[in-house]
Amino acid sequence: MHIPDGFLDLKTAVATGVLSTAAVGISLRRLNGSLPRRKVPLMGLAGAFVFAAQMVNFPVAGGTSGHLMGGVLAAVLLGPAAGVVVITSVLIVQCLLFADGGIVALGANVFNMGVIGSAGGYAIYRGVRLLFRNERGRYLAVVLAAWGSTVLAAACCAGELAWSGIVPWRSAFPAMTNVHMLIAIGEAVISALAFSAIAAARPDIVAEEPRSAPVHEGKDLLLYGALITIGVVLFISPFASRWPDGLEAVAAKLGFESAAVTRPLVASPLEGYTIPGLGSPVAATVIAGLAGTCIVFTGGFFLARVLTRRGRNEA
Amino acid sequence: MRHDYIDRYARLDSPVHRLPAPLKLALALALVISTVVVPFSAFLYFVACALFLFSVILLARLPISFVAIRLLTLEPLAAGVAILAVMQPDGLFVLIRILVKTNLCLLTMVLLANTTPFAGILDVLRSLRVPPLLITVLALMYRYVFLLIDQSERMTRARKSRTFVPRRGSRWKSAAGIVGQLFVRSTERAERIYAAMTARGWR
Repeated sequence: MHIPDGFLDLKTAVATGVLSTAAVGISLRRLNGSLPRRKVPLMGLAGAFVFAAQMVNFPVAGGTSGHLMGGVLAAVLLGPAAGVVVITSVLIVQCLLFADGGIVALGANVFNMGVIGSAGGYAIYRGVRLLFRNERGRYLAVVLAAWGSTVLAAACCAGELAWSGIVPWRSAFPAMTNVHMLIAIGEAVISALAFSAIAAARPDIVAEEPRSAPVHEGKDLLLYGALITIGVVLFISPFASRWPDGLEAVAAKLGFESAAVTRPLVASPLEGYTIPGLGSPVAATVIAGLAGTCIVFTGGFFLARVLTRRGRNEA
Repeated sequence: MRHDYIDRYARLDSPVHRLPAPLKLALALALVISTVVVPFSAFLYFVACALFLFSVILLARLPISFVAIRLLTLEPLAAGVAILAVMQPDGLFVLIRILVKTNLCLLTMVLLANTTPFAGILDVLRSLRVPPLLITVLALMYRYVFLLIDQSERMTRARKSRTFVPRRGSRWKSAAGIVGQLFVRSTERAERIYAAMTARGWR
């Protein structure tokens, strides 16, 4: 999902850059106040860990292989602020040292994989934890957080590409989102399995504090949530609003018309690709996303059951 | 894997390598931004840009094969996204436009990474008032990423040498096991590093 340079235009790069800078600033400020000094080396090592973990491949369908992105794992193990900083550092090193992901596109990559992938994933994790408080709930939360944040990040990535005017939303959104719904299953399963491996080797690392979360965490999550919402409104909604036509007027009024309305979307080869009764591939993708969430929830529930049962047997 | 595997040319001696890091970073950034912004109709700009970058390769005495291989390994990432662009009116033109722009940007960044030591870039970031915590994390990451990649490769090799008929399920489990083990070892290494840093009077 690393966007190279040359794909995003300047307005998208600046908009994502501003959002990412704000999120990283919030995270660094939080860490400056709350991170114990002895945890500073761990931050650097966690960055190196995420980098190395991204090179561990696992087979996906059809001879292709996927790799972990690690945003949710980092955030669940170290906290959301540390997760954002760690993933941001990984992206900076990948960009500067390996030319993997562009420097103008750095803001967008940090927003998609750092802010949504890590802090957004953590927000999902916390939300699920509120509903399922037992040990099994942790694994279910990891699964849903990894899946949901990856899919949302892919959708945002498609929105950014479409907003830059290089790919039509109508093909970019279904392509990016559908592919990542499958990739995200790998992310979710590997995250949960890795979490259980860590829990088996060093229970103290994953032990939750007696009070479930630090007080300031809720405030931070609200800030991240606000930034992500702005991003979604900016990158996804101008296109999504084409779908229920009523919102089109709003988009035009807000000045999105150049991006959303006058794009020559009609001649897309995917035009004929519709599911009966559902209309466009965009709508079909949204339906698939909702169905996918239910499937992942069920799958995650059973995975969590297996993982916690095994843990109990070993203990 | 050696510590300087990826940026092993960053410490060569050449007129380009001797230029101050801030200048090179600024120049690379300016080049990338202008390549993104300049409309594709100004074809002369892109030719000039390519010629300039090519002369930098020669001046910096970087092996052309090395630069070409770096570019080729990055190509699939760019092409994967670019292929989406074909699905629209005059998509082929858009595809060519993207590929030209992206490759020039990639080449710029590959040259920057291989003519400028990472410590120099970190110094520039420090003077730009990037928060010290982020700099520390980046510096530590740069120092240890090669070690951890090496470690994960050793674990993968050990796993492979003990698995004769891999099934998908078992490969996912072993990949997750390696990732988990890698995190545990990173945590323990971080604890040792903290002790060592404190013993040497860190902060």
